[in-house]
Amino acid sequence: MTALLSGRGLTRMFDGNNGCDHVDIDLHPGEVTCIVGESGSGKTTLLNLLSLQLRPDAGSLYYRTLDGARIDLGLASEMDRRRLMRTEWGFVRQNPRDGLLRDVSAGANISERLMANGARHYGALRDTAIDWMRKVELDHGRVDDLPRDFSGGMQQRLQIARNLVTGPRLLFMDEPTAGLDVSVQARLLDLLRTLTSQLGIAMLIVTHDIGVARLLAHRLLVMHRGRIIETGLTDQVLDDPQQPYTQMLVSSVLPV
Amino acid sequence: MKSPCQWNETVTLPSKNDAVFRNGDYNFAYLDEQTKRMIRRALLKAVAIPGYQVPFAAREMPLPYGWGTGGIQLTAALIGLGDVLKVIDQGADDTTNAVNIRSFFERMTDVATTTLVQEATLIQTRHRIPEAPLRADQILIYQVPLPDPASRLEPRGTERANMHAFGDYGLINVKLYEDIAQHGSVAMAFDYPVIVNGRYLASPSPIPKFDNPKLHMNPALQLFGAGRERRIYAIPPFTSVRSLDFDDHPFTIQAWDESCALCGAPDSFLEEMIVDDRGNRQHICSDSDYCAQRRAIQSDDVRHQEVMP
Repeated sequence: MTALLSGRGLTRMFDGNNGCDHVDIDLHPGEVTCIVGESGSGKTTLLNLLSLQLRPDAGSLYYRTLDGARIDLGLASEMDRRRLMRTEWGFVRQNPRDGLLRDVSAGANISERLMANGARHYGALRDTAIDWMRKVELDHGRVDDLPRDFSGGMQQRLQIARNLVTGPRLLFMDEPTAGLDVSVQARLLDLLRTLTSQLGIAMLIVTHDIGVARLLAHRLLVMHRGRIIETGLTDQVLDDPQQPYTQMLVSSVLPV
Repeated sequence: MKSPCQWNETVTLPSKNDAVFRNGDYNFAYLDEQTKRMIRRALLKAVAIPGYQVPFAAREMPLPYGWGTGGIQLTAALIGLGDVLKVIDQGADDTTNAVNIRSFFERMTDVATTTLVQEATLIQTRHRIPEAPLRADQILIYQVPLPDPASRLEPRGTERANMHAFGDYGLINVKLYEDIAQHGSVAMAFDYPVIVNGRYLASPSPIPKFDNPKLHMNPALQLFGAGRERRIYAIPPFTSVRSLDFDDHPFTIQAWDESCALCGAPDSFLEEMIVDDRGNRQHICSDSDYCAQRRAIQSDDVRHQEVMP
């Protein structure tokens, strides 16, 4: 299988020891990949490198476009990178406050990417917004409400709708369920699982929650001190961890 | 080592204007020649890239920010002895801002001034475009408070620079969407953002949206100066200017049921005035010159009819 996004030797170090150290990674089309690891292990740095939010100190990134061409993102023009980021990629932030436009309605939030890509028909935009609110299980009668009038879990779902509206091929998520209570988390995870299997998009999720990884991920990467120390199918890694750190990580999940 | 500046200093700076300009305390048109040169360079760049905001080193002018420090600097950089200057504020030649800027240039240049739009070669304006069509030998200079329509939506200047560089204008359309969602129509009545030459997003300055269609394919050169924000931009003659809208909510301009109470104009931008203590109202033209010229023609016609029955 040809990878959608590949990183080779990705390195970005902060103060000499924290960060991301010579990481090789492949994200495949339609596959959900989770990065787990403790705080400071470099998982968010890796996510930011892959999603072009951070420039690597060293290493390269390759992306396979829709027509099958393989482009080096380090050499791509800023114009191409921005087009990619607003059409074929999505980014769901840990805090919906960072990923939403706070002063405009839910409908405008969902429509922004479409308008950035040239949509110019208000009625059609609104219908699409309402449709997406339905898909992420939000009350579509609230399409004109401001994000702050929604609860935390609803804001997170709004953020997901806002990113999926352009039909991206790759979605980056940074701790999407952190800060939500357990029942809301479960609903969000359920929604994510349904959407990814329906839409067949690749996802990269950073989480420190092994439960989230177990539920969503096809493939698991374990990071420790800036390096990927173990990788494989989720069940394989979680049921039969090879590395001492992974064993420790898996065994430290509290049984319910 | 010779710096680039020293090269400029070898050029004889005082222009031919200075020889005949009588006010010895100030340079012709107040600004020193180097400053005018710097502004003219920025202007050339602005004309070459329609709608692009060119940074310039705006000087302090003897009037407060917000009163036209940008426009006045452009006028000062462009004005020559052969020019005829008209200054309007809200369409009128006799409002405070217009009167003071006009008298400033009368004192600083001795050039002729006028209220007649046909006579003027330079027109400095605040908040209006004259009703009468402009010609290719005229320059319209706008005073601009906020040159970037996105500044209220995206506070980071670096990010706005990127938006312009990559033509990434989704955010400004979010504002239109939100207006229609909340108010049923786009709620901007003035300073209605435009796309110049199919490329750059620009503020037309706080002119009513009634005037936006006049920006499009205008034979006159249109220059915009923002003094506090230190930006110059231009709409060269015969350049396309499109007001932002949606396909199903097209751009519309203001319209009135009334005609001008003084000159009867059915198609000019009208201001509603309260004329007595009982709250009676009148609609009259905001463009005082347009209104006066129409009335002059009407009274001529009346006289003509009286003389030659």
